[in-house]
Order: sequence, then structure tokens, then C-alpha cells
Amino acid sequence: MSLLTITDLANEVAGKPILKGLSLSINAGEIHAIMGPNGAGKSTLAYTLGGRPGYDVTGGSATLDGRDLLAMAPHERAAAGLFLGFQYPVEIPGVSMVQFLREALNAQRKSRGEEPLSGGAFLKLAREKAALLKLDPDMLKRPVNVGFSGGEKKRAEMVQMGILDPKLAILDETDSGLDIDALKVCGEGINAIMRRPDKAVLLITHYQRLLDYVKPDFVHVLAGGRIVRSGGPELALELEEQGYEALVA
Amino acid sequence: MTALLPTRHDEAWRYADLAALESVWPVAPETIVLAPGEQGTRTLVIDGAAVHDIAITLGEGAQFAFHVLNAAKGYGRVALRVTLARGSRFHLGAAQIAGGEQTVEIVTEVIHAEPDAVSRQVVRQVLAGQATGNYLGRVVVDRGAVGTDGEQSIRAMLLDRTATANARPELEIFADDVKCAHGCAIGELDANALFYLASRGIPPISAKALMLQAFLAEAFVGAADEERLTAAAVAALETVL
Ligand SMILES: Nc1ncnc2c1ncn2[C@@H]1O[C@H](COP(=O)(O)OP(=O)(O)OP(=O)(O)O)[C@@H](O)[C@H]1O
Ligand SMILES: [Mg+2]
Repeated sequence: MSLLTITDLANEVAGKPILKGLSLSINAGEIHAIMGPNGAGKSTLAYTLGGRPGYDVTGGSATLDGRDLLAMAPHERAAAGLFLGFQYPVEIPGVSMVQFLREALNAQRKSRGEEPLSGGAFLKLAREKAALLKLDPDMLKRPVNVGFSGGEKKRAEMVQMGILDPKLAILDETDSGLDIDALKVCGEGINAIMRRPDKAVLLITHYQRLLDYVKPDFVHVLAGGRIVRSGGPELALELEEQGYEALVA
Repeated sequence: MTALLPTRHDEAWRYADLAALESVWPVAPETIVLAPGEQGTRTLVIDGAAVHDIAITLGEGAQFAFHVLNAAKGYGRVALRVTLARGSRFHLGAAQIAGGEQTVEIVTEVIHAEPDAVSRQVVRQVLAGQATGNYLGRVVVDRGAVGTDGEQSIRAMLLDRTATANARPELEIFADDVKCAHGCAIGELDANALFYLASRGIPPISAKALMLQAFLAEAFVGAADEERLTAAAVAALETVL
């Protein structure tokens, strides 16, 4: 069953068209990778699906689990099961990771009509996910992403994903900034959290190395605001060898 | 103090809500005196309308910490005139929250009369609607008050473009070898941070409250009743969000 269906999606950022009729369908149980040159619109796709202000949809549609994603406010999209792993996670001084994530999880639960998680139950869950990603649990006491190294920020994004337990994760260059060991830990974390028959992942990446751990079922090339080519995992290897120029031209 | 109602020509009343002042004028001044070496604290929470005029005198080596939450319904003003003797230390941590057409203000004059005194002022304001929030703060370093260390950290967050913050830290220094610094910033909530919070499922009002609570908390750091102040600030925030 299709979990995410994007049809002819077009948008503008600061008055400039970026996505120009992008279509993509992802079934539950699948892992897709999107690759593409710098400035192609990969992050724009992620932000647009997340509902970031300033990313104005000018055409097309996107549904998550049959629900109109574009009609929902950003926080409603999260509660509907969407998770964005940010290419550049945002620092929020003065707000602790624990406070932030507990509030986020309970807001999502509330909107789904579920009981809030108690402080104790939440801490247990958070520690469990931190351990899965080999993140020092003391980092959860610190303000959100403040003073985290590049790699720690990306790991913390995956801890957040583990806690929030989304249906669909769009991970924007989660591999950038990770050292070799952290890449393996994050890759395994993504598999542990998201490789389920009822979930799906869209990985945005520039390199094969993450795909060695999180094996995609499909690979797409995004260029000029559209998907210009789709294939199996071998497409990523082909790109690695030949670059985009030959393919995109 | 004069019984005559002040006018806008008086520097300390420049941005005041004079119409509201009229109903409570004249204001009885209050005096706080700390003996040499004495330590004291005071917490003031304004949730109605109130005008306070307080003179604080610190003896040699005395220490005084004053924390204010000015979330007035109507006009709320706290005016402090602080005189510091040798080696004394004064701390002001103040938060102001206002919406509607309210005016809230903190007006301070901190006089370093003798050497080696320390003053710290941390003021955080959250202003919505057509509210006006003012900080007029003068630090005076008298002749001979060497080794003075004075700091003012003044920040305001405007939730609406129609709100106004006036922040005027001033220094008058008549001595050598003093360390005085002031920082002053007026801004809006970071849109990137708000989207980040939303992307995790936090609704807009809660996201703003979370960030503003962190912002205001800077005014209450080290307060004896930090938790009570924070709780009162959170409740006041709900009325302006
Ligand atoms: N806020 C913005 N204002 C103006 N232009 C923007 C904005 N955000 C994105 N763009 C433009 O949109 C285009 C697509 O950017 P996007 O970040 O989506 O690229 P990307 O494919 O993620 O690239 P990279 O691989 O470098 O991360 C770029 O030309 C970029 O300059
Ligand atoms: Mg990008």
C-alpha cells in the first residue's frame, strides 16, 4: 500500500520555482533513496512535505497514509506520522532535549487521542533510544542541539526519531558529518527503528556509504526540481562511478 | 518627591502611561537599607496594576538581589534608585510580560558611589499586541569609584509587529579603572526554531511558550524562589500568546 504519494508537486521558495512537477510513490515497508546535485531541490522537497513556512506549494498533491499532507499544519503532519531528519538540526538555547521531546511526544499522543507518557516512562524510553544510537544519555539533559558536534546532532536526530516512532521518515543527509563508526551506528539505528512492514524511509544522501548499511529498495535522481531517473540499488553505484552529468544531461 | 504629576519631559517618565499613573499618584516611595555586610533578597510579582518607587542603599560589602516579574494588568512600573557603598553587590533580575495596550516599565538608577562595587541587571521582556515595554537604566560611577563592575543585559522579544520595546541603558562614568558593559537586543522568535519544534509535533502556541519560557528564565537565574517566578511567568505568558 502506498504510504506516501506525491503527484506533480510544484513549489516556490522566495518567489523562485524549485520543485517543478515532482512525483514519487513510496509503499509501506520500503526504503527509498534520493540523490542529486547540490541545489537540485532535495532539502526543499523535505521542507515542503514538512510544511515549512516560505515553501509555498503552487501545484500538485501529497498524501500520507491517504491523508492530504499539504492541508495540515506542520505539527499535525508530525502527529500523522511524518518525521524530518534535518540536514542542519536547529539549536534551541534554554530548552532541554528531554523537555522538548517529552512535550513533542505527548503533543502527538494527545492529538491521536492517547494518554500522555509519565516523566518516568518517558525517561526510560529516551534512555533506551539513546543507548540504541550510542549517544551519551547525559546529552539529553542539555539544551536542544546547543554545543553538540555535527555528528552528535545527527545522532540526536535519530534518537528523536526513535522516541517519536514515525510512520515515514525523511532523512536529509543524515550521513553528513558522521565519522565512520557513527555512520554504522546510525545506519543500524535507522534499520532497527524504521525497517518495519508498516513504515517507510526516504533517505536523501550524496554517498553510497550510508546505503551500504541502510539498503534501499529504490533509488531516485532528483535534478532541476523533478525525479529524472529511478532504479534499484545499483543506480546509486552507477552514480557514484559516473556522476550526475551523464545521467542528468 | 514632588506631588506634581510627572510629564513626558521627565526622562524617567518619557514612555510612561501617564493617564494610568494619575489614578495612583502620588506614589509613596519605599526605602530599603542594608547595613554593612548584610545580605538580602526581595521578590516582587506584579499581576495587577502597580507603581513602585524604591530606594535601595547598600552599605559596605552588603549584597542585595532583587527579582521582579512585571506582568501587570494595566500599568506596571518599578523604579529603583540604588546606591552602592564600597565592595557591595546588587543584582536585578527582571521579566516583563505584556499584551493588549498595556505599558510595563522598569526604570533604574544605579549609583556606584564608592570603589569596587558590582551591579548586574538582567531584564527580559515579552511584548504582544500593542503593548509597550520599557527599560530605562542609568549606571552612574561617581568620582573615585574605581574598580566598579557594572553590567546591563537587556533583551526584548516582540510577538507582534505592533508591540514596542524601548530599551535605554546609559552609562555616566566619572572614575578611571571601571568595567561597565551593556548589551541590548530587541528581536522576534527564531522562525527556524519554531519550525523545528513544530516538525516534532509541538503546536505553535506551545512552541512559542517553550522558547519564551527559556528566554524569561534568564531573568530568574539564581533567584531564591526561581520555581515560583517561572510558574508565574508561564501563567502570564499564556495570557499574551
Ligand atoms: N530560503 C530560500 N531562499 C532562496 N532560495 C532558496 C531557499 N531555500 C532554497 N533555495 C534554493 O532552492 C534551490 C534548492 O535548494 P535545496 O536546499 O533544496 O537543494 P539540495 O538539493 O538540498 O542541495 P544540497 O545537496 O546542497 O543540500 C537552491 O537553488 C537554493 O538556493
Ligand atoms: Mg540539501
